[in-house]
Amino acid sequence: MDTLLNQSILELNTNKPEETQKLGKSIGGILSGGEAVLLIGELGTGKTTLTQGIAKGLGIEEYTKSPTFVLVHEYQGRLHLNHIDLYRIEGDLEAWDIGIEEYLTGNGVSVIEWADRAPRIYPDDRLIVELDSGSDTERRFRIIGEGQRSITIVNKLKEMSFD
Amino acid sequence: MKILGIESSCDESAASVVEDGHILRSNVIASQVEIHARFGGIVPEVASRQHLLQFLPVIEQALSEADIGWDDLDAIAVTQGPGLAGSLLVGVNLAKSIAFARELPILGINHLEGHIYANWLAEGQWDGEKREDPPFPLLALIASGGHTDLVLMNDFGSYQLLGRTRDDAAGEAFDKSARVLGLGFPGGPIIEKTARETTNPAKLPRPWLRGSHDFSFSGLKTAVLRMAEAEGEIIPEHRIAEIAAGFQESVVEVLVGKTVAAAREVRAKAILISGGVAANGVLREEMIRQAPVPVYCPRPVLCTDNGAMIAACAFFQSKAGAPSNMSMDVRPNLSLV
Repeated sequence: MDTLLNQSILELNTNKPEETQKLGKSIGGILSGGEAVLLIGELGTGKTTLTQGIAKGLGIEEYTKSPTFVLVHEYQGRLHLNHIDLYRIEGDLEAWDIGIEEYLTGNGVSVIEWADRAPRIYPDDRLIVELDSGSDTERRFRIIGEGQRSITIVNKLKEMSFD
Repeated sequence: MKILGIESSCDESAASVVEDGHILRSNVIASQVEIHARFGGIVPEVASRQHLLQFLPVIEQALSEADIGWDDLDAIAVTQGPGLAGSLLVGVNLAKSIAFARELPILGINHLEGHIYANWLAEGQWDGEKREDPPFPLLALIASGGHTDLVLMNDFGSYQLLGRTRDDAAGEAFDKSARVLGLGFPGGPIIEKTARETTNPAKLPRPWLRGSHDFSFSGLKTAVLRMAEAEGEIIPEHRIAEIAAGFQESVVEVLVGKTVAAAREVRAKAILISGGVAANGVLREEMIRQAPVPVYCPRPVLCTDNGAMIAACAFFQSKAGAPSNMSMDVRPNLSLV
């Protein structure tokens, strides 16, 4: 992702899955529809757990199971959620061919796992979450708001506590 | 009644002719495994292009192996979902074209329901044994790359979802773990083979989710990753085998343990396993060893995606009065219940 001046960054760690889920739930709780949340991180860095939390924050009762197989799962809660997984996608062209960007223009929230597989398909206003694993159950998060709307979200998160 | 079954939900272009839901007249599968292995997994766009290239010869071969012509067919059945939208589209539009041109009834079939009906194909059982049709109520475990569902079936067409994965499917965990261990794609067969090279399986967690019939394999995949990382840049071969064996042991123990417990609880008269993961020999043996009731499991070629299961399922649906439906469309997110 390009570094932009117009951004707000929050870095934080969680020590167990419950904390990761709580972080996700807080993110989900702030969203108001139309946002693109880009998750970037290797296998085992907490994308699944974070997404489950975001879904909870959107008022979705179901478990958000992995969409790796069919690329997109849709859920309805307080807001519509498009849970997208680009694990199998090789580049922007393929994502465009499949029509992934169509999900990003509606009123729903889109959470995109493996977002870096197709780096150029997203709106300019986007919430990027970089995930990394520390020792054992520790997970590191770098949350980057780009564009006014996502910057506001990150600033709201900065006022919260996730311990 | 002869039905042509067409299946294209993922990376297999498959067509089959089944007579009366039981007799397998032909079963042709053009796999794309070799193409996708180069990418380390299924690439959706490649998959739909391959379907376009492969399907007509596959269907012609299915008819010729069944030794019948177009005029001998009574209906067309096609997988409607769940699956990759681009892949499903190829199969559904092809089936509609054939149905329109030959004036045949067409039935859209749920892929997951299809997997269950692989067990009604006579001589389709893994041991080659000819068996009676499975008795109701029965418990079906569908475990594949996209699904891990425990389904109670009280009669034809009557399904109750008892449990499902809360995150990754069992087959997906096999694929991703194989990738972490540098074993290639698809993960199921290669992990089973590699696991045989050791008698010392690594200790990995068992995701039981006590008090629920649900499954969870995401954490196990992460545990495999951590264990592999601890070995450094190059994992010694004996450790690859030990981790593969430990992973398989964990998945099998949980799948079998939870299926058997659910079967006792609902007093099922039989356990059916199907889907790609059912092709795993260790899973099959353990299920048979622990189950209190007869276990049905199709031959490996009928566990993985195929057209025969779609045709078999369509037979029972049409017997129950399901109408031909030319206006049906693909449903990539379809679930069983």
